[in-house]
Amino acid sequence: MSYQIEPLAIMAKECRKDIIEMIYSAKSGHPGGSLSAIDVLVGLYQTALNYRLEDMNWRDRDRFIMSKGHASPAIYSILHQLDIISKEDILSFRRLGSVCQGHVDMKWTDGVDFSAGSLGMGLSFGLGCALAAKMDKSKRKIWVMIGDGETQEGQIWEAAMAASYHSTENLNIIVDRNRIQNDDFVGNQMEIGNIGKKFESFGWNIREIDGHNMEEIVDALDWAKNDNSGPSAIIAQTIKGKGVSFMENNPSFHGKSPTDEEFKLAMEELG
Amino acid sequence: MSGISTGGASRDGYGKGLLRLAEDSRVVVLEADLGKSTKSHHFREKFPDRTVSLGIAEQNMMIVAAGMASSGKIPYASTFAIFTERAFEQIRNGIARAGLNVHICGSHGGIHTGSDGSSAQSIEDLGIYRTIPNMTVIHPCDDLSAEELTVLTKDLNTPSYMRTVRNKVPRIYTPDDAKKLKIGKGSLIREGSDTAIIACGIMVGIAHEASKILQADGIFASVVDMHTIKPLDNELLRELAEICGCFVTAEDHSIIGGLGSAVSEWASEEFPLPIEKIGVKDRFGESGESNELLEQMDMMEDNIVQAVKKVLRRKKMQS
Ligand SMILES: Cc1ncc(C[n+]2csc(CCOP(=O)(O)OP(=O)(O)O)c2C)c(N)n1
Repeated sequence: MSYQIEPLAIMAKECRKDIIEMIYSAKSGHPGGSLSAIDVLVGLYQTALNYRLEDMNWRDRDRFIMSKGHASPAIYSILHQLDIISKEDILSFRRLGSVCQGHVDMKWTDGVDFSAGSLGMGLSFGLGCALAAKMDKSKRKIWVMIGDGETQEGQIWEAAMAASYHSTENLNIIVDRNRIQNDDFVGNQMEIGNIGKKFESFGWNIREIDGHNMEEIVDALDWAKNDNSGPSAIIAQTIKGKGVSFMENNPSFHGKSPTDEEFKLAMEELG
Repeated sequence: MSGISTGGASRDGYGKGLLRLAEDSRVVVLEADLGKSTKSHHFREKFPDRTVSLGIAEQNMMIVAAGMASSGKIPYASTFAIFTERAFEQIRNGIARAGLNVHICGSHGGIHTGSDGSSAQSIEDLGIYRTIPNMTVIHPCDDLSAEELTVLTKDLNTPSYMRTVRNKVPRIYTPDDAKKLKIGKGSLIREGSDTAIIACGIMVGIAHEASKILQADGIFASVVDMHTIKPLDNELLRELAEICGCFVTAEDHSIIGGLGSAVSEWASEEFPLPIEKIGVKDRFGESGESNELLEQMDMMEDNIVQAVKKVLRRKKMQS
């Protein structure tokens, strides 16, 4: 299937503005990992994920498991662009009673299929969804996104091993390889090397892409969707903070809100 | 309550309960290389397509179960009680917090597990799972009640943790009596008005024996099988507190956090009364036969008899 790239790029830009706005409004949150992931996520929601806007709880929808749940602003921005949650909702991010909880939570937000916040669990959850789909002979696909720092959690590899053993070809993972984790660059914390090779050695099919090149993104998602020879992993090489110059590749914007000045600057840059 | 006969271990009851649950096609079983021990292997042999083997990876198993529950399945995941604890945070964050009804069984609970030694003797499981909002925590006393309670978990609107034990103990229930059990309702095994011994698991049978010794001394003790630790049967506790005025609790679990703590928490707010606790006194176990360990830890019939006499003296001093 071929897609118009331009509308996807426009939507990603709108999402970036939402991300900055909601974090600025909350005075806390995680801009870096939201901005690195947003291009892939827009591609996913607009070209690969099978769901019904009028019924986000449709039983046979594809599941998307956002394991790096601190990048919740990215998800909320998409749900907002899709008109599932309102502008007020996203501006109430992290406030008492908000449907936009600090970390994505299936109990709080329509269109969210996983309660995240604790890293390392999403692939296991996706595997459970994938096994259930196979038992039900359902065609639904399961998509999981994790961070690169998150691959330091052993449970990711427990799940990776189990997925290839159980041949869950309906399970796809996207690794947001932005090379920064909480404290610092992954290379300074505990370098993890070639993630693609690791998944490959666990029996997964892999693709490496530039996670900000919409054509490559759409192409890789299409590949993962249609590859039925086993679980698939897309390693998306990304830039943490992508789109806002002073946040790009800057570990200090992992989990910090912009100041008034920085907010203005960021919104200007995003147009 | 009818006579005690020898039966299986409560883990056998879990295995049989799973087989009865199989008629509901949503029920699935998850294993972490201990199915032969927890007894889920009976289900696996009959329903291989609904059984998922996940290797020795308990954290992954718990969250795979959560994913399956989110997709309409009713998952039963089991391993040794002690190894469920390795996945405590997964159970807390990924199962209970997400409101997913996964049913966990931890077998080989307590020091009663015996010769494998302290690494295998979970003495804190009931306590830690009791702290999680919405969890139902169950610890049956024999195989027949374990089977019935396992079957009942399916209709719970919460996730659950059930502790079973490895070794056989005398049966407390007949098949018919076991069928009357309800989750969240303690079961009065014996009625007496001097004190009430609130027990769970293997300590129910020991408490029952102790009550016979006490009767010979003219002391009449109620004995309760408090198979559900959470939600606790406060109604029954109140009735017994009004009649007896003092309690002894008995569990194969640390006296910190388990049944004795739960009963004491209730009493301190609702009905202050003297309570003596029988259990593992803030220490680890070691290798040995079940009975040797129970003796070493002061958890035998005689210890319950002494605890009852002590609590009666305390009650007398108060009045
Ligand atoms: C189990 C667990 N440990 C620690 C944290 C705290 N934490 C939140 S985000 C983060 C860094 C994540 O890095 P990465 O996976 O690379 O995500 P990204 O860079 O895309 O934001 C950490 C350590 C957590 N949420 N969960």
